[in-house]
Amino acid sequence: MNAHARNPAPADPMMPHPFRIERVRRELSDTFTMEMVPQSGGGFRFRPGQFNMLYVFGVGEIPISISGDPGDGAVLVHTTRAVGAVSQALDNLKAGDIVGVRGPFGSYWPVEQAFGHDLVFVAGGVGLAPLRPAIYQAMANRERFGKVVVLYGARTPADILFRKELEKWRGRFDMNVMVTVDRVAGKWNSDVGVVTNLVAKGGFDPLHATAFVCGPEVMMRYVALALEKRGVALSSVWLSMERNMKCGCGLCGHCQWGSDFVCKDGPVFRYDQIADRLSVREL
Amino acid sequence: MVQPENLGRILDEHPFFAGIPGDLRALLIGCAANERFDIGQFLAREGLPSDKFYLIRAGQVAIEVDVPGKKPIILETAAEGEVIGWSWIVPPYRASFDARAQTLVRALSFDGACLRKKMEADHSLGYEVMRRFVPMMGHRLQTARMQMLDLYGPAVVKARKGKAG
Ligand SMILES: Cc1cc2nc3c(=O)[nH]c(=O)nc-3n(C[C@H](O)[C@H](O)[C@H](O)COP(=O)(O)OP(=O)(O)OC[C@H]3O[C@@H](n4cnc5c(N)ncnc54)[C@H](O)[C@@H]3O)c2cc1C
Ligand code: FES
Repeated sequence: MNAHARNPAPADPMMPHPFRIERVRRELSDTFTMEMVPQSGGGFRFRPGQFNMLYVFGVGEIPISISGDPGDGAVLVHTTRAVGAVSQALDNLKAGDIVGVRGPFGSYWPVEQAFGHDLVFVAGGVGLAPLRPAIYQAMANRERFGKVVVLYGARTPADILFRKELEKWRGRFDMNVMVTVDRVAGKWNSDVGVVTNLVAKGGFDPLHATAFVCGPEVMMRYVALALEKRGVALSSVWLSMERNMKCGCGLCGHCQWGSDFVCKDGPVFRYDQIADRLSVREL
Repeated sequence: MVQPENLGRILDEHPFFAGIPGDLRALLIGCAANERFDIGQFLAREGLPSDKFYLIRAGQVAIEVDVPGKKPIILETAAEGEVIGWSWIVPPYRASFDARAQTLVRALSFDGACLRKKMEADHSLGYEVMRRFVPMMGHRLQTARMQMLDLYGPAVVKARKGKAG
């Protein structure tokens, strides 16, 4: 259980609220970012790492993490990769269209708990999106941390999410950003290899580091091992898990994973509390 | 010509042989040379004799494979503090990939024939060298397997093209 990192669920968690799409930005060939505002006016508050259930009317509902700045309550931002029926239908929407939103749900990245530590973000693929709000929060409190390190792995240079932002962060003197790709043909002068390789090069103090990891589950397992090998305490490593969801708020049991509901007790879990389960195939 | 005492200092700066006993360190230095590669120069060429390994002191090296008619595919990069080359351990001592300097590279190289002879004569040297190479080879194998998994592979359903914000 993640007692420290949970947020109260919204008043009527099953009732979708209409949000109007203000802007759609294509990030990659299959990935897009939507900025939305509540149709009834007002704003939207969330904690980094939390997700919403996004309802495409007449098609279905999917959990998508919030990828915007938690300090900016005026606009709700989601970054989605189109992989199937609902995410594809979401990709077909445009500015002015309405999406049903339920949330925010779930546990969050415990950024404040990491004050005084080096903060290490390890992301793979579209996994950078759920981490971005925590990066914003960390940078808004920059003086409260030691080093802030972002280690990011993508498939090829063309698959690097938020590339401009990564470049901007890399240009700061108070942030260490390393990007690696799995493969490349042609010009590329940065790292090639899996993201776990960056853990050894990351230049942080493992004894005083907190790590937030998000990406495909296999990647997260290997990153956690690499962090452990580097000497980071398992209780200082946090992962964001994905399971199929229906209600998104602890009512239906659809996302049960061992003794937890991923939607309510997760999606952000402390690694030492789930490590045993991660390697059980049947779960 | 770099003096042996300077080679020793350079060797000590690199993590790979950290903690090696002094007498074995002297044997290693006897097979070492200080080298420098300009951008684009090859440290090894696929299929050609490659009886060396390198401790990279500065710069970045691309391990790549040549694809006829296309740009070479970079499989991995190695930089300061890392080691490249293990063809020198396994006959016929030919490189399996190209290794190309992506930046100016400074490296300490070790002559494979020289080192194998000393390892044969002094098994404690052989043990110290192998116990450093085996985890490195294991790590390379593990990362190559992870790359094969193509974890961030293309989505099952192709996205609609053409929409931009
Ligand atoms: C808490 C949580 C947060 C999430 N945050 C995000 C996010 O920020 N951005 C985002 O893009 N996705 C996110 N996801 C994943 C997203 O919910 C799924 O991709 C979505 O539910 C797929 O639904 P669909 O109807 O589009 O595809 P389906 O029709 O359900 O699936 C179609 C095909 O896609 C495959 N598929 C399903 N999910 C994934 C996946 N995650 N990756 C690759 N292939 C998949 C299925 O195996 C199937 O073959 C999150 C999931 C959870 C649980
Ligand atoms: S999705 Fe219903 S309990 Fe988690």
